Amino acid sequence: MKVLVPVKRVIDYNVKVRVKADQTGVDLANVKMSMNPFDEIAVEEAVRLKEKGKVSEVIAVSIGPAQASETIRTALAMGADRGILVKTEGEVEPLAVAKILKAICDAEQPSLVIAGKQAIDDDANQTGQMLAALLGWPQATFAHRLELGEASAEVEREIDGGLQTLDVKLPAVLTTDLRLNEPRYASLPNIMKAKKKPIDEKTPADYGVDVTPRLKVLKVSEPPKRQGGVKVKTVAEFLAKLREAGAL
Amino acid sequence: MATLVIAEHDNEVLKDATAKTVTAASQLGAGVHILVAGENCGAVADAAAKLAGVEKVLLADDALYAKMVAETMEALILSLAGKYDAILAPATTNGKNTLPRVAAKLDVPQISEITKVIAPDTFERPIYAGNAIQTVQAGAGKKVISVRMTAFKAAEQTGSAAIEKVAAASDPGTSKFVGEELSKSERPELTSAKIVIAGGRGLQSAENFKLLEKIADKLHAAVGASRAAVDAGFVPNDYQVGQTGKVVAPDLYIAVGISGAIQHLAGMKDSKIIAAINKDEEAPIFQIADVGLVADLFKAIPEMEEELSKLGT
Repeated sequence: MKVLVPVKRVIDYNVKVRVKADQTGVDLANVKMSMNPFDEIAVEEAVRLKEKGKVSEVIAVSIGPAQASETIRTALAMGADRGILVKTEGEVEPLAVAKILKAICDAEQPSLVIAGKQAIDDDANQTGQMLAALLGWPQATFAHRLELGEASAEVEREIDGGLQTLDVKLPAVLTTDLRLNEPRYASLPNIMKAKKKPIDEKTPADYGVDVTPRLKVLKVSEPPKRQGGVKVKTVAEFLAKLREAGAL
Repeated sequence: MATLVIAEHDNEVLKDATAKTVTAASQLGAGVHILVAGENCGAVADAAAKLAGVEKVLLADDALYAKMVAETMEALILSLAGKYDAILAPATTNGKNTLPRVAAKLDVPQISEITKVIAPDTFERPIYAGNAIQTVQAGAGKKVISVRMTAFKAAEQTGSAAIEKVAAASDPGTSKFVGEELSKSERPELTSAKIVIAGGRGLQSAENFKLLEKIADKLHAAVGASRAAVDAGFVPNDYQVGQTGKVVAPDLYIAVGISGAIQHLAGMKDSKIIAAINKDEEAPIFQIADVGLVADLFKAIPEMEEELSKLGT
């Protein structure tokens, strides 16, 4: 059984994001980039399935600039077997990403795609669901726990009211939530080994997908700033201030 | 052409999220229809019909929709989509689950979690956990939009729309509901409570969260948590407030033992008043708190409970 894991190169989650003065986007120059944290969870889950002998091959796919190969290398160092880099410049919307992934699924025939539930840059939370729809596959988003069987998967999902369990027929698309697992750090020997693992280079045109954005970003601006207020030392003062503000 | 809103409900109660999405939908300028899909959910349709600005309620009452499983919802919404120019859903886990499937099948991009309607085709939405605001314009074709509930007021209940039954769509049969474990609580829901009291790693244990619950009961507040508290297993996942958990904007948000990571602030910084209790004077939460109490929470919280009891609040 093959598993496909899409991984996105994003601003590292510890970096304080700055909006560019000309309001065309956020400043990506000289900023540390990393694998989207939800995608790390996806890679980890796929590698664990392989370690348990339930999966034979884990393929990491990234759609992005040449440097996205580093993101694929990270996945390979965690235990993925090979990579596919679909080279693009500029923003690629989730729908276009889903179309490219669909074409890759058509070619690779994985039984399972494990994706992050959202990327921490555009916070769209769309790609996994769109891919499932385009393939006509079932989905289990926001996965909290996965039991993979031969022909189906039982997935516990994080939902607004608590947890929900679904049984989805394979092939299926899963998206990860925070509690699915804790991703490993790649060991030095595995980082060295990852350098020898193959990465195929492709372009969106190879898959017949037009990645021209369909939405027009008019501007990107700073959110309104909140100012800190008063600091007090006692509970009585605290409650008095809240009452003054009409909050209690 | 009209705008279709997908109702959020539990087959018994229409959630506030729907009324807020109706407000956003009304701002697109066209008539608003609501789709109530569920099982034995007539009461939900009745409630939806009362929302101001709603012209028609479509009721798909069928066992297929009892749990709003994404594949069945996709088929139902697509069977109706032809008549609509825009399809909106609240950014609940149900909305997030289903809506991108609909957009993909309609071959249009989705616009996620809008916080403002600038023009019928132009919207604001937060990116990078709310550290930047994107203004985005839709192109030709249908618009598929999820709505951040905290950014819109609930529509009033002054309407009286007609309810029209619609047929269930076919069942793709690829996915089966097995079960659910829902948190039971007498307290108000986290996303619609007027007051939220949330705990972080500083609470140190599940047991200590009970301290917050006592205050919550006095203030008729909901209890939330930071990601650190959820990851540590102090409280279930549905308590999580933040970029990837729930986004809340109550009148009063009390952060207890929460340092104020960016991811947490993304989920609560639009609250009207933010109060924080933390023993670390340098905690980032104080930079945005209107009122901060620098104190050991294990002393402050029991004292606060006592004070509130005295006042009978």
